[in-house]
Amino acid sequence: MHNTDPATAAADPVIRVEGLAKEYRVYDKPEGLAASIRGLFHRTSRVVEAVKGVDLEVGRGEFVALLGPNGAGKTTLLKLLSGIVTPSRGTARVLGHVPWERDDDFRRRFALVMGQRNQLWWDLPAAESFRLHQEIYRIEPARFQRTRDELVDMLDVRRLILQPVRELSLGERMKLELVAALLHEPEVLFLDEPTIGLDVVAQHTIHEFLRGVQQRRRMTVVLTTHYMKDVAALCERVVVITRGQILYDGSLAEIVDRFTTHKIVTLDFDEPPDQRRIEGFGFPCEVRGPQVILRIDRSRIADALPEILRTEGVRDVSVEDVPLEEIVAGLFRADRREAGAVGAAS
Amino acid sequence: MSAAGEAVRSAAPLQGLRTWWTMLSICLEERLVYRGDFALGTLMRFLPIVTQVFLWTAVFAATSRTDISGYTRNDIVAYYLLTMLTRAFSSMPGLAGGIARSIRDGSVKKFLVQPVNYVSFLLAARVAHKLVYYAVALVPFAGVFFFCRGYFPEPPDAVTVAAFVVALVLSFLLGFFMEATLGMLGFWFMEVSSIVFGYMLVQYLLSGHMFPIDLLAGVPSGVAGVSLADVVRWLPFEYTAYFPAAVWLGKVRGTQLVWSLAIEAGWVVAMAVACRVAWRRGVRRYSAFGG
Repeated sequence: MHNTDPATAAADPVIRVEGLAKEYRVYDKPEGLAASIRGLFHRTSRVVEAVKGVDLEVGRGEFVALLGPNGAGKTTLLKLLSGIVTPSRGTARVLGHVPWERDDDFRRRFALVMGQRNQLWWDLPAAESFRLHQEIYRIEPARFQRTRDELVDMLDVRRLILQPVRELSLGERMKLELVAALLHEPEVLFLDEPTIGLDVVAQHTIHEFLRGVQQRRRMTVVLTTHYMKDVAALCERVVVITRGQILYDGSLAEIVDRFTTHKIVTLDFDEPPDQRRIEGFGFPCEVRGPQVILRIDRSRIADALPEILRTEGVRDVSVEDVPLEEIVAGLFRADRREAGAVGAAS
Repeated sequence: MSAAGEAVRSAAPLQGLRTWWTMLSICLEERLVYRGDFALGTLMRFLPIVTQVFLWTAVFAATSRTDISGYTRNDIVAYYLLTMLTRAFSSMPGLAGGIARSIRDGSVKKFLVQPVNYVSFLLAARVAHKLVYYAVALVPFAGVFFFCRGYFPEPPDAVTVAAFVVALVLSFLLGFFMEATLGMLGFWFMEVSSIVFGYMLVQYLLSGHMFPIDLLAGVPSGVAGVSLADVVRWLPFEYTAYFPAAVWLGKVRGTQLVWSLAIEAGWVVAMAVACRVAWRRGVRRYSAFGG
């Protein structure tokens, strides 16, 4: 399956980033007409560090999620890797190329899909955009047809490719965007929030599709997302970015292991239980009718469970990890507190 | 380099042409979706000429002369009609604004990520735009020219017609590269509409759209022995309206015709280079700024 063994990854790194940093100069525009007029003559600017010294190595065939709160630098990192942005400092090689030199040989070997931007022609059927991609990526006709048919069938969108794109739903458009991006069989795929605004069914279809294509082609994928469902379904490796720096880089299993202190135990009773008895367990709890949700410290779970199960009236029990959303939100929060403390000190 | 690499390299120009052809055909399809009702719009374009014709009729009525700077009253009408035709080639509605918009809203990123050249893409789109326009505008244009055939002198000889066609094609390219370069300024300025407006104003005055450039022949430029018309001859503007019309009417002949065509071609090359430089520098700035 995926290759996340660091030793093998280092042997064949498709993406290698060292000390990559990007600063922007942004101009402050104060409110009000008078300030705007003053702004014509004198503008105050400040430097924003979107990415500060990132080191990252991604091996062939890895599926990596970039997670982080808004403004953490995820998209900037993706733009640096796809050559849209030149860095202020540091180096990067993608498939052996410097991305921001944008040579055609490099550009024929990767693809970038941004969830909110379309590369398909709005007024024409997607089949026409595909034809254009065949030309600009120089795909042999036989190969083009085979790849297109394969991708279109995997997503079950054959009936949509002859319809003008503007008539399609957001989910349908996203599927066709993905087909367009994968026609030239890129070795590296960058996805910026590919499931944004999509319903659960479309999200699921896209997950299945991406997993299928990625495994079949041994493609390297880097994705940014806010949906933990994307991460759980697709990525074994997670890179958490906050304030332009990597906070965590490791496997999904490890993130759960390292950043959770407790498990969630759900008890189903025959009838709403006595509140006092539940409180007697000594764990934070939440009662929802006949259902009780307890948060139990991981170190105590083995001792606590038998006792809890002896409680009268327990019909069912489940023990689960804290949801990924909560873990990641906790990580972001902790980082923000730290940032706040630093800010206050300086 | 390997033999396969050599083969790829030698096939590259042909490939480039094929890619361009595909872009053109797709742009054509796209234009045809929104062909709209150009026909009426085209007729409306001729309306301002009516005012010009009235104005010149009054001018000729007020003077005893039969010609002004070599133009008879009929010549003037024919001249304005011909500038309409040249402007159908050289004017580029929405080109600069569209480029600036693509920079502002970020859709230009596509051309950084994909192995395709933005300027050749724009050129294909514009050729498609023009072809569809001509297909629709052919009937009203033919109608107006037929209706006004009495104002035109005898059709010129084959060489002049050929020069006229070359001048028209070059005027298309010149108009394209000038406006595309203006659009690229969008990398530096958020909004280029006021720059485009300024350009249009200069263009209107110096292209011959407003009056034949020959009228400037007697106007001193400040340098002894050099008229304003001589100065304008060295600028790109008159080649987008005045020059092709003047060629058809036989106002530019012989070595002067060859010279003018050479100047026009020179400007096409210069503006194509300017456009490319603006694109490259703009992209460098854009990607430094953060895309």
